[in-house]
Amino acid sequence: MRDRAIIWSGLAMFLLFATFPFWHNLSAAVTSKGPNPVLPANARQCVAPVEYMKTSHMTLLLDWREQVVRQGRREFTAFNGQRYNMSLTSTCLEQCHSSGKAQFCDRCHDYAAASVPCWDCHVDFKSTLRSAK
Amino acid sequence: MSLTRQSFLRLSGLSFVAACARKLRSAVAPARWGMVVDVAQCLKQPNCTKCIAACNQAHNIPSIPDPRREVRWIWKDSFQHGFGIEDDYAQISAAPLMLLCNHCDNPPCVRVCPTQATWKREDGIVAMDWHRCIGCRYCMAACPYGSRSFNWMDPRPYIRTVNPEFPTRTKGVVEKCNLCSERLVAGQPPACVEACPEKALVFGNLADPHSAIRELLRTRRAVRRKPELGTRPQVFYIV
Amino acid sequence: MFMFEKALTGSRGYRLWILGLLLLITAGLACYLLQLRYGLAITGMSRDVSWGLYIAQFTFLVGVAASAVMVVLPYYLHHFQEFARITILGEFLAVASVTMCMLFIFVDMGQPARVFNVLLYPTPHSLMFWDMISLGGYLVLNAVIALVTLRTEREGVPPPGWIRPIILLSMPWAVSIHTVTAFLYCGLPGRPLWLTAILAPRFLASAFAAGPALLILLCMLVGRLTKSPPGRGALRKLGLIVTYAMVINVFFVLMELFTAFYSAIPEDEQPLRYLFTGLQGHRPLVPWMWISMALAAASLVLLIVPRWRQDDKLLAMACGMVFFSLWIDKGIGLIVAAFVPSPLGAVTAYAPSLPEVLISLGIWAIGAFILTLLYKIALSVRGDSLFAPDVALVEVAK
Repeated sequence: MRDRAIIWSGLAMFLLFATFPFWHNLSAAVTSKGPNPVLPANARQCVAPVEYMKTSHMTLLLDWREQVVRQGRREFTAFNGQRYNMSLTSTCLEQCHSSGKAQFCDRCHDYAAASVPCWDCHVDFKSTLRSAK
Repeated sequence: MSLTRQSFLRLSGLSFVAACARKLRSAVAPARWGMVVDVAQCLKQPNCTKCIAACNQAHNIPSIPDPRREVRWIWKDSFQHGFGIEDDYAQISAAPLMLLCNHCDNPPCVRVCPTQATWKREDGIVAMDWHRCIGCRYCMAACPYGSRSFNWMDPRPYIRTVNPEFPTRTKGVVEKCNLCSERLVAGQPPACVEACPEKALVFGNLADPHSAIRELLRTRRAVRRKPELGTRPQVFYIV
Repeated sequence: MFMFEKALTGSRGYRLWILGLLLLITAGLACYLLQLRYGLAITGMSRDVSWGLYIAQFTFLVGVAASAVMVVLPYYLHHFQEFARITILGEFLAVASVTMCMLFIFVDMGQPARVFNVLLYPTPHSLMFWDMISLGGYLVLNAVIALVTLRTEREGVPPPGWIRPIILLSMPWAVSIHTVTAFLYCGLPGRPLWLTAILAPRFLASAFAAGPALLILLCMLVGRLTKSPPGRGALRKLGLIVTYAMVINVFFVLMELFTAFYSAIPEDEQPLRYLFTGLQGHRPLVPWMWISMALAAASLVLLIVPRWRQDDKLLAMACGMVFFSLWIDKGIGLIVAAFVPSPLGAVTAYAPSLPEVLISLGIWAIGAFILTLLYKIALSVRGDSLFAPDVALVEVAK
């Protein structure tokens, strides 16, 4: 019975630790509002159906990467027969998402707390060019 | 052995088909890219660095002031350092020499890479996959030409003007000359070759016996760096 | 599980020691986070000297790990009973060393998050791939052997039958880890210091000197701390192993020196000149190498004369010299000097930076920490007198 204080304080600490994400989000003023990415103004159709892109764009990009870097193939034929140059910067950003990755990619990634290393190397016209000296 | 008319016709038909097939195969056979550096031609402008500048611009190569952290794809060193020849009397020893990845036919860097992040493509280019490189630097220890650089830190702050058509690199990966594979698919020659005012860099298909580069290698005396190591460099130097 | 509860209690000195190690580990970890943030630019390595302290420590520690075979083999194959009590210490030393090896490789990676690419894209033509497999396998083998034998000892039951083949397998495996590590270096064109067929034998010789030397010192230390001196016979035998291995190692080194300097081929000579006399005015390793040589010579004198070798104090001194001498030789010189001069003839000086040294110290502290916990467990199982039954055993044998 002498251990009562230790046990209770231990339990309290555990509870605090287990519920940490909630407290953290509360203090960081994270809201339940959606990520709300900015969609391209003039392009209507992505390289794959929207539903597929929402769930699997990473798979598609990894596949592009494999094709371009390892196989040396650069042309992608989309589901609707449209042809694209497989390039994150020149196709995805330049052709459609011209508002830059911050307005599109980052919105969802930040919301989902996903940190992607793509932009460590690939150039985003809007942010990379400005940050480089 | 007597040759009947029938078997003669059959044989000549067969050999015709075989010749056609061979012709066809060589037409679709992958290229074997290589380069010749005409040293005398290069020396006409000893202070020229146009090829280096073109390469650096095309590939977002940072200009890092600390030589220990430097990244280089094509650079200048003395003939003596490039070839390891100690000739006290020859004037050429001290002459500047353009150095780059040799795109060896038997590349030690490819042999040692534990993830196949560097590999030899069918067209002979020793390529790199910066997505896969784990930064162990085993390839740097293996390369007998000092052609590989490591990103000791984030290179972006040291890139003067970013070329958006080509990625930069992240810290912790190795990089080197890619023989402008991104330009080759667009039908352009390597950036350094294009930039050279003296046409001292000749790029071409070594697999094609009628190419200009093969013609050059047939008629002029060319050497390669450290041939005794058996790496079979595909960059030749006409001295 | 695995008797780890035994490691949680201890004397004041024990707790202080653990606390000190944890402090060192924390400092190393902080520096590593810095490295993760800024890249390997915080180390002293460069484009020309692209491997440094980390890889050198890795190389040295693979040797220490492999040396466990020097106690395991006589005990299990030749039933050399005097090693009965220290075999487990050798195995635990191997566990701690291999863990350090892996950590040193890990902190050397530019992109540590991608380290599993080595297994994702297995590449049999890369020695790095084989090194990862052999090190991982060796760690598992030694951990299993040590913990299983210790447990059977605690419960007073005979060891399970399946453990013997595993023990037998661990012996060639120990040789393989250091051979593969030597192949890592000696298969590279254009690094003349490493391009020598004697590198693997030399690695093994220096390993079988440095490892048992450390083990002798550890046994003496544990014996003093627990006030139960280790068996004299065991230490003498280990001393003999150190002696032979060190003689062979020095012989190999002299052969390397002869070949390079008598042939007078510049590219073979230059790295050695850089080590022993300096090159183009750069002499950072020269004092280290001469200290290493002097220690090696002095230790040989102490070891070869039987009367001195059998004196505990002198043996301890000789072992300290052997260990430090080989640490300089392999843990500094051999890796760094292979990069000097560079393939383009440049001499680039290398000195580890402070964060680099702290990270390395942190990993050594992790090794010491693991070793302490494991020895503590072994000690507890044996009722706080690690070696006492050994003496009894020897008495019985007489």
